[in-house]
Amino acid sequence: MTDLPLNIQSTSVSTISFACLTEARIAAGDRFAALLALPLGEQIRLLSVTSCFGGFNVIECDLETAEPTYPSFDAATPMANWYARRIFDLYGLAPSDAATLDPLIARRPCQGLHQSPEKTGLTPKFAESSRPSVIGEGVFKIPLGPVRSGVFESIEFVVETPGEEILHVEPRPFYKHRGVDAAFFGKSAEDGALIAERVEGIAGVAHAIAYCQAVEKLADVEIHMQAELVRVVHAELERIANHLESVIRHCEASAQAVAYARLSLHKESVMRLRSNICGHRFSRGVIAPGGVTTPLLLPPAEVAKKVAEIEKSIDRDMTLLMRTPSFLDRLRGTGVVTPLQARLFGALGPLGRGSGLTEDGRISHTYGAYKHLGFLPTADAQDGDAMSRQMIRIDEIANSFHLLRQALDDLNNMEHPSQNWKVELEVKDGMSLGWAEAPQGEVLYAVAIEKGRIKSLAQRSASFHNLALFSTAFPKDITTDFAFIEASFGISVAGASS
Amino acid sequence: MPWILRGLSNGVITSKYPKKMDSYGDSHHSSVKVQTEYLASRDTDLEGLCPTGAIRVELGRPRIDLGQCILCGRCVDRAPEIFSFSTDFETARLSRDLLVVPPSAESTGELANLKSALADRVRRFGNSVALRHIDCGSDGSEEWEIAALTNPVYDVQRLGITFTASPRHADILLVTGAGAKGMSDSLKETYHQMAEPKVVVAVGTDAISGGTHSNSAAVVAGGIEGVLPVDVFVPGSPPSPFGILYGILLAMGIALDGGAST
Repeated sequence: MTDLPLNIQSTSVSTISFACLTEARIAAGDRFAALLALPLGEQIRLLSVTSCFGGFNVIECDLETAEPTYPSFDAATPMANWYARRIFDLYGLAPSDAATLDPLIARRPCQGLHQSPEKTGLTPKFAESSRPSVIGEGVFKIPLGPVRSGVFESIEFVVETPGEEILHVEPRPFYKHRGVDAAFFGKSAEDGALIAERVEGIAGVAHAIAYCQAVEKLADVEIHMQAELVRVVHAELERIANHLESVIRHCEASAQAVAYARLSLHKESVMRLRSNICGHRFSRGVIAPGGVTTPLLLPPAEVAKKVAEIEKSIDRDMTLLMRTPSFLDRLRGTGVVTPLQARLFGALGPLGRGSGLTEDGRISHTYGAYKHLGFLPTADAQDGDAMSRQMIRIDEIANSFHLLRQALDDLNNMEHPSQNWKVELEVKDGMSLGWAEAPQGEVLYAVAIEKGRIKSLAQRSASFHNLALFSTAFPKDITTDFAFIEASFGISVAGASS
Repeated sequence: MPWILRGLSNGVITSKYPKKMDSYGDSHHSSVKVQTEYLASRDTDLEGLCPTGAIRVELGRPRIDLGQCILCGRCVDRAPEIFSFSTDFETARLSRDLLVVPPSAESTGELANLKSALADRVRRFGNSVALRHIDCGSDGSEEWEIAALTNPVYDVQRLGITFTASPRHADILLVTGAGAKGMSDSLKETYHQMAEPKVVVAVGTDAISGGTHSNSAAVVAGGIEGVLPVDVFVPGSPPSPFGILYGILLAMGIALDGGAST
């Protein structure tokens, strides 16, 4: 393959060597990022994406639909099975040595593009897990969800417990599967951005950026710095809103009524600022292939002033919250994800960074205007508990404000701020990978374009990846810790089950 | 103690809506308006402008189905002489037909019947209702906007509106999402568990028509109306908290013009 940019090293291989080469990458120190499937007419292309210093290694192999199996690499990473379940749900494609694959994001291969499960010779179990249940005196299963108590997204957690201590949790996000990947097929590059914004609505800006960067690589265009800076402004406001939401959920769970009300107020201020600068509270319709559709609707200096006000009020309340013992006691030692587990599973975003991983796509796989902006030093929180993740998020809020100040300052100093928002692009045929750092972590988009339209697309949100670690985060936790662990993971079910 | 003082530090920040209009509510895009005098010539492809197929041209007159519109603004950008953004957030309506703007004479004629039928049903709510939310394949943003209703700015408890965990206590069911097939059984069960009288509000364009997922094999055709009878339709992708609040007020039978304004 020659149609990929330099920082993506792509190798096309046979089915037989696909697994060993992926294993070799992981053994060489790469982080396993994703296993993606792109249906391309009579074939399905499998991509194993591993992250290395400054870029991604992509190993591709094409499978014929007549023989829809591939060798598994379960031995190399505990994530292999997690991705295999997703690909089986979507396209009926399975590793050759898999005995069963439990449904994960859909109850049946519902996009119906290729294989029926019978052809693969597997009998997918729809109702129960292939993992043996925990057995012991008084141990029982509680299905939590899919209809939750409160305003939550639908997801079911099957909790196995003798009453207080949680022995095992199995997340089942498949209830709200929407078949998002297939919604892209056949759409124009421009329309794709609108769908990308709605894959994981609360991280729509990051998804749109990841998608657009994939398309822009194929069109081989440079985006104007003004547009890149506007993208940063929207992306960082989105990050602040998401991290505040996570802290708000913690406050709600620990009955910190005033803190809950105060932080909800600040989050509302952020959402209002977002709508004031683009007309939409989730910044939708702004990011488009080639740049942005609209400049900031307020002068950058005025936005900077409002941002400074919000920063000050958040900072005051956050400082007080982090000195409130009745709050902190619930977070310390809760839901520990050890650094070893985090590294093994390749935990993304604040979840990984709270367990000692340092990778942040904005720095390690830098893109857009982030190349030119300075970051504050990151917090030293590596205990892997809910407290560490909370500290990482608070730290990232401060960092986002730091980036916003620089981006708005740069926009203010630009000579012709009313021009150069969008470049016209001609999308060439080929395949490309785009990524962005969402509030939840790394988002990946593999896009295949044919005749100017999206032939095929596979996306992976950090929520999907991180959900695999959820069941490992209950080493000695009890049922009342559940809400905190869920809040500290900050998973969007829409992204996980898309 | 520090928290108590902190709680008092900003004074009253709660909106006066619906008693008084709120200036923020009308400050951002809530729907798309159509210039009614415009007559499209045959060679302009207005319908092809819309990525979700919300534009229809009937006898030269363009109309927009707000139940399909995701507010992407492409029509406003490409044909500003016909389409413009509206900031009026009171976009919720009592029937699917009324979401098509400008509305036809038949659909507005229907409104009086719809209003009185709903008013009869919800009389026993008094001025206090309990809400139950259920997600049937949303993108996650509608949940944020519904949850925002309990923050100090919107504070819907002041209007006798509370959220309840049990469908048994609920009067109004807020449904979000494109109608994922995996949630159909849970949605029906939740609805059946609710005591009469009950009202269903479809929150967001996804819930009304499927939005960008309307052609997906994984969702029910035609949004959640394909599973349940819907009483109030709140368009938007996602609708703003004020838009959702207006929809709830309609469902309580106490809203203002009952969805008559266009």
